[in-house]
Amino acid sequence: MDFIRNLGASTINYVSGMGNMALFLIKTLIYGFTPPLKVINLLKQIRFIGTQSIFLIALIGAFTGMVLSLQGYYTLNKVGSVAFLGPMVALSIIKELGPVLAGLMVTARAGSAITAEIGIMRISNQIDAIEMMGLNPFRYLVVPVFFAGIISLPLLTQIFDLIGIFGGYLVGVKMLGVGSGTYLGEIPNYLDMNDVLEGLYKSISFGVIISWVSCYKGYYTGTSGYGAEGVSKATTQSVVLSSAMILIWDYFMTALLF
Amino acid sequence: MIQVEDLHKSLSGKNVLRGVNLSVNKGEILVLIGMSGYGKSVLLKHIARLFRPDRGRVLIDDKDIGPLNSSELSEVRSRLGFLFQGGALFESMSVYDNVAFPLKEKLGLKKDEINERVLRELDQVGLSGAEDKYPTEISGGMQKRAALARVLVWQPEIILFDEPTTGLDPIIGHAILQLIEELHKNRNFTSIIVTHEFQRVFKIAHRAAMLHEGTIKALGSPDEILDSDDPIVRQFITGDTEGPISYR
Ligand SMILES: Nc1ncnc2c1ncn2[C@@H]1O[C@H](COP(=O)(O)OP(=O)(O)OP(=O)(O)O)[C@@H](O)[C@H]1O
Ligand SMILES: [Mg+2]
Repeated sequence: MDFIRNLGASTINYVSGMGNMALFLIKTLIYGFTPPLKVINLLKQIRFIGTQSIFLIALIGAFTGMVLSLQGYYTLNKVGSVAFLGPMVALSIIKELGPVLAGLMVTARAGSAITAEIGIMRISNQIDAIEMMGLNPFRYLVVPVFFAGIISLPLLTQIFDLIGIFGGYLVGVKMLGVGSGTYLGEIPNYLDMNDVLEGLYKSISFGVIISWVSCYKGYYTGTSGYGAEGVSKATTQSVVLSSAMILIWDYFMTALLF
Repeated sequence: MIQVEDLHKSLSGKNVLRGVNLSVNKGEILVLIGMSGYGKSVLLKHIARLFRPDRGRVLIDDKDIGPLNSSELSEVRSRLGFLFQGGALFESMSVYDNVAFPLKEKLGLKKDEINERVLRELDQVGLSGAEDKYPTEISGGMQKRAALARVLVWQPEIILFDEPTTGLDPIIGHAILQLIEELHKNRNFTSIIVTHEFQRVFKIAHRAAMLHEGTIKALGSPDEILDSDDPIVRQFITGDTEGPISYR
């Protein structure tokens, strides 16, 4: 009996949790597309999510491109086609690794901080204080993060892509001796607009996922535990859920759309 | 002006409020006392509709605030001030910007007028010179006073004070109470003050109520409460560790 009761309770929790999350996104969209937009808050969030992530993204991008090139070289060398090193690195990064890894890095760096910050505002009554002024907390806290995510993620992904391809170039051309013209020259022959668009759409949707999940988890801090413990729980859940959703959504986008 | 009727609320599996009935008249100062963790803050939050009751209702000016839509609610809240227990200052903003925030964002006042009102309120709570400090850079007592300035700048008709003097040294605490008393004379707001320092707060209050085990256990003039024969109220007032209230 207990087992069935627990199963029922956790199912209800799960479904109502998903409903709340969907509602949260709808609210965000409604407030996002009706004035006023808090431009200063938006710029601050773009700086936080975007600008301040550039160094990390560049670093991860460079090493991803370098290791791809290294691994790719040995594999391609076995089948005697190192000429395809450039397209292989570029395609893997642009279609897949760029958006996914940039999304995961931004989740770890910015998503967790956003959840913690909004969560602290929740438990210290700062969100209540905004409401008491007759103002809408969504406009000040959630909408700016949402747009900042949608704007920043594609740009960070482009940076990741470029630096990743360049990292692959360094290893492939400067270290392993693939011809510079071969590495770069073959890329346009195998890369078409759809591949670039695939990466772009993915990065935009990951921007939505990160800002959606991190704001939601922060905003409802306290429902799963009160006080500082509630914030730490919410932060963990936020990072795990964002990362899982990015990887799952990535599969479906790849499978269904392209 | 404020009526609370048969209010029930459970939080994280605990029946915090179990049928609270309370009314506060216009222009009155009511002090609310009670054991720590017995739901005083939760009760105030229901009056501001930051919490929704499981059962019962809250009326402000004879109007049930439960069913209000968001614009009606924001109308009611514009007459309401809430001094939160921890102050609830925005940590990302300086003291000045905190106090200016409602004037700028809600009322849309001009810079000059905002400046004048902010500096006046900060002066009133004794925080002149701390305008550019951030909440994390100032002491708890200063945070509380900055939060008070942010509530007062709004000139609400009803003010809910959640422990306005807790954590302040005796002199500042006294000054804050004097300030509340003086402002009350000038602006005649209606107010509920939650406090543990009832001896001092009773001096400026018209009535006092004690919340105990989810209901209003005692209600009367401050003197009546101080002289109450009820063993629970007596024990609370005297602070005895022996008696009907078990604190373990
Ligand atoms: N948001 C919340 N979620 C879950 N439980 C809560 C929440 N807020 C308060 N509680 C619980 O409700 C009870 C009453 O808390 P409340 O803060 O109202 O007490 P209080 O009388 O104000 O105490 P104190 O004098 O210490 O401030 C406590 O058990 C507390 O844990
Ligand atoms: Mg309290």
